[in-house]
Amino acid sequence: MTTSGTDLVLELREVTRVHGGGANAVHALRGVSIQVWAGELVAIMGPSGSGKSTLLTLAGGLDEPSEGAVLVEGRDLGTLSRSELAAVRRRQVGYVFQDFNLIPALTAAENVALPRELDGMSARRARREAVRALAEVDLHDLADRFPEDMSGGQQQRVAIARALIGDRRLVLADEPTGALDSTTGEAVLRLLRARCDAGAGGVLVTHEARHAAWADRVIFLRDGVIVDETGPPAQVESLLGLGAEQ
Amino acid sequence: MSIRNGLLALLEDGAMYGYQLRAEFEARTGATWPLNIGQVYTTLGRLERDGLVVPVESGDDDDGYRRYALTPAGRDEVTGWFHTPVARGAPPRDELAIKLALALTVPGVDVNDVVRTQRTSTVRTLQDYTRLKVRADESGDLAWLLVLDSLVFQAEAEIRWLDHCESRLARFADRPSPTRTGARQPAAERIPVRR
Ligand SMILES: Nc1ncnc2c1ncn2[C@@H]1O[C@H](COP(=O)(O)OP(=O)(O)OP(=O)(O)O)[C@@H](O)[C@H]1O
Ligand SMILES: [Mg+2]
Repeated sequence: MTTSGTDLVLELREVTRVHGGGANAVHALRGVSIQVWAGELVAIMGPSGSGKSTLLTLAGGLDEPSEGAVLVEGRDLGTLSRSELAAVRRRQVGYVFQDFNLIPALTAAENVALPRELDGMSARRARREAVRALAEVDLHDLADRFPEDMSGGQQQRVAIARALIGDRRLVLADEPTGALDSTTGEAVLRLLRARCDAGAGGVLVTHEARHAAWADRVIFLRDGVIVDETGPPAQVESLLGLGAEQ
Repeated sequence: MSIRNGLLALLEDGAMYGYQLRAEFEARTGATWPLNIGQVYTTLGRLERDGLVVPVESGDDDDGYRRYALTPAGRDEVTGWFHTPVARGAPPRDELAIKLALALTVPGVDVNDVVRTQRTSTVRTLQDYTRLKVRADESGDLAWLLVLDSLVFQAEAEIRWLDHCESRLARFADRPSPTRTGARQPAAERIPVRR
């Protein structure tokens, strides 16, 4: 098997995550292995409580596995110091949280620019990048608004801009289309897709099959275990004339 | 869907030969519902009988094919069609629904397995539709894009229904097993799932 090749952006090796202990222990994930390659978008589907968010927080280094290992671009997150891990989260991983996680005291542009500034970029440059990232999600007019003065869908797009800013090689998105209508949701998927086509690896958690369908592979999670997976894409050419036999 | 209305709508653009109608129909719907030329001519014959189209005088081509145009009544028919909702009618026989219903009662079949296999397969189909959408978008083919969106939403509805079946099955799993009327009937009386 391939190990830490340069093109392997994310690898979960037999990852288990148990919350609590004793009789109350919850096995959120049980022995899950996943590989995400550069250029690939992988979708995770599964019922509520199946472990999707748990998987994503582990992949983003926001939580640690009880057993197994998580590797981002070949580095085992479990072997990193606190500050090394923080740097990985700032530079390599873009994360869209299920509940946005915007900082209320900062404007849209400041929220988006924050990871760049923390990384030592000048405030002016960070802002320029942030405004560009906001334009990508059609929010150029709202750069100076505060989150509480924006609709849910707009906040969600700010969160997406923040995850896509800079040159993140791994993009993790937890229900990024939750508060969006169907065309805006599709625009977000196109954006994620484009980022992966440009070389990033992406993991998308969604319960909407229509959105999961933008991925190269769809993984089905249930009770913390992978129960199924769609294989590699079919030849699109053979599909023209699809439905002919119906 | 009636080919009748489709052909009449195309004739709004002007008179056409049967073979042109067929090509236009397929081009505008991305060849999702192929027509055979026989169907086109039979339908045109009926439309002529009903006074909705007329052959154009001296409109025959070198091979003797006739060009057809809308009559005023035909034009009214098209307007009416676009302004009337499509009736759902009686539910069409749905192989998947029948299969699941039978899987519940036929011994030795794991319904959850049937649900899971179907969902994975339908999601794969959905991925394929989505790839076609990306292409249609690049080539700016709006009509084909709308047809694909329709296929996408239908496939999604099936997947949601399957998810729903799964959670319903899980909830029922704790209850005593239902009466299996089907299982007691002789095999010959059961509806075959596949022909
Ligand atoms: N901090 C925690 N302490 C205890 N149990 C937890 C904790 N976090 C998650 N869990 C449990 O782990 C399981 C998986 O949770 P997770 O949030 O990963 O589900 P999910 O698939 O993202 O669900 P949803 O679709 O509702 O967002 C659930 O049973 C949940 O209750
Ligand atoms: Mg979740």
